[in-house]
Amino acid sequence: MKVTEKDVAYVADLANLELTPDESTRMVADLNSILGHIDKLNELDTSNVQPLAEVVSAFAAAERTGSEKFAYAQRADVVIPGLSREAALSNAPDTDGACFRVPKVIER
Amino acid sequence: MNINTHKISALTIDAARSLVESREVSAHSLAEAHYAEIESRDEAIGSFLTLTKERALQQAERIDRLAEKGDPLPRLAGVPVGIKDVLMTRGERTTAGSRFLEKFIAPYDATAVERLEAAGAVCLGKLNCDEFAMGSSNENSAFHPVRNPRDTTRVPGGSSGGSAAAVAAGFAVATLGSDTGGSIRQPAAFCGVVGLLPTYGRVSRYGLIAFASSLDHVGPLARSVKDSATLLEVIAGRDPHDSTSADVPVGKYSEECGREIRGLRIGIPKEYFGEGLDPEIREAIERRIDGLRNAGCEIVTVSLPHTEYAIPVYYIVATAEASANLARFDGVRYTTRSPQSKTLADMYRRSRDEGFGAEVKRRIILGTYALSAGYYDAYYLKAQQVRTLLTRDFQKVFTSVDAIVTPVTPTVAFKLGEKTDDPVAMYLNDIYTVTANLVGVPGISLPCGNNHEGLPIGVQILGKHFDEATVIRLAHAMEQDQQ
Repeated sequence: MKVTEKDVAYVADLANLELTPDESTRMVADLNSILGHIDKLNELDTSNVQPLAEVVSAFAAAERTGSEKFAYAQRADVVIPGLSREAALSNAPDTDGACFRVPKVIER
Repeated sequence: MNINTHKISALTIDAARSLVESREVSAHSLAEAHYAEIESRDEAIGSFLTLTKERALQQAERIDRLAEKGDPLPRLAGVPVGIKDVLMTRGERTTAGSRFLEKFIAPYDATAVERLEAAGAVCLGKLNCDEFAMGSSNENSAFHPVRNPRDTTRVPGGSSGGSAAAVAAGFAVATLGSDTGGSIRQPAAFCGVVGLLPTYGRVSRYGLIAFASSLDHVGPLARSVKDSATLLEVIAGRDPHDSTSADVPVGKYSEECGREIRGLRIGIPKEYFGEGLDPEIREAIERRIDGLRNAGCEIVTVSLPHTEYAIPVYYIVATAEASANLARFDGVRYTTRSPQSKTLADMYRRSRDEGFGAEVKRRIILGTYALSAGYYDAYYLKAQQVRTLLTRDFQKVFTSVDAIVTPVTPTVAFKLGEKTDDPVAMYLNDIYTVTANLVGVPGISLPCGNNHEGLPIGVQILGKHFDEATVIRLAHAMEQDQQ
């Protein structure tokens, strides 16, 4: 399964990345080389193997089941102050003092 | 100031603390002496991106006041440390080695940093790394590469290259790094220092700029096994700010140093000593294994049959998670916005295009591809299934052994520019380290001699989940064996 320039353009679009023609050519070559190596996984029959997304529930609380596995992560349902508005906005390129400001979304 | 370069570059945590406690050297002069070293020699190494002098000297003065009063001093009192620039430091620039965050000022402290400072450590500054911790050579830093203090024509490893180089060069007694596929252990091996990977969940990642959340660990780099153990004791433990931080009691790891290792069963996985391993590295590690045998450990050959699949699994899982984590860099919140953008969509695209470097884009594209409709089952699901098989390999081996001993890297530190054109060659450098992250087990990389060119060789010990104690005990015995 070879990746083409068209595939890269489609994926770049999904990822909100803009690639120059040079970057795109390089990306096609790199992706094919990396995916060629990754195709090695097809040597394995995994039809009856459960996927593993994270290791906390498998080990940190092996004796518990379901949401009980994550009981340690629960806390009392009380309001705790988060980051202040000022701090949250402090790194923004553009704000009106209360909100983030972005270029116009809807043209009339 | 009565402390010279030679003394500084060999200083351990206990030695630094007792200098301060006895008031032989003030914490202030100790910090200043380290800054003098950085200012005179770091231009050739490139380990620091930002020096946080005001913050460091304030902390040092606080420690000196305690020492003057004769108050009991905290565990890391006056110990000069450095922080990898993927960990947030409140009020200080935190860049993750990226142009995107060149001007980003962290609004809060990472838990690991907060705990170090609460224990009296003096944070000298922020350390260079591969952009968003993506890389194995530190050449992906958007600012400048780091050079290996042992040979400046060679890379220090990555992504915590600055963290390893600073310890090796005598710029900081110890540092914090992060490890997603080997980023603490591999640079530790390349620079000849100790790097500790805690169990997944052992150390809070609150305030760590996320790369791949199911694989990211925060951990220490230091000059001795004991120092790395001491740092782990300080930074480990449940943190309500990180729901993946485990509620598992933290041990007195530094007290493991010197404990008896007789009777421990050590597994040697045959797949880690096959083709591609530098013969000099193999010999150096075999000598250490003989040392363990002579000390009364039982050495058994074991098999981790899915090892050769770890790199492909890793580069799917890590890039898929990265593509999601890096979606937040959108031109709205984090300092960088392309000035040319006229519409919202245009702003996202241009800001990301201008802000990210080539490797970061490559990984975002690969991860997005692996998660996209039509390819999800073939790549992402498949990789997660093989991750299960890798985990079973370890579970099975750990029913019969207490720890595993392996190489850290297939070669010693390579030259700058040697692998930058071939991403697969660069990725294969992580072959012995990525599995620990996929499985979540703890590990350590410690020096075990030099090759014929005088370049450091590392050896890796991996342990059972939450059994850092055995890893540290064995590592300390191995460290003593070579002295």
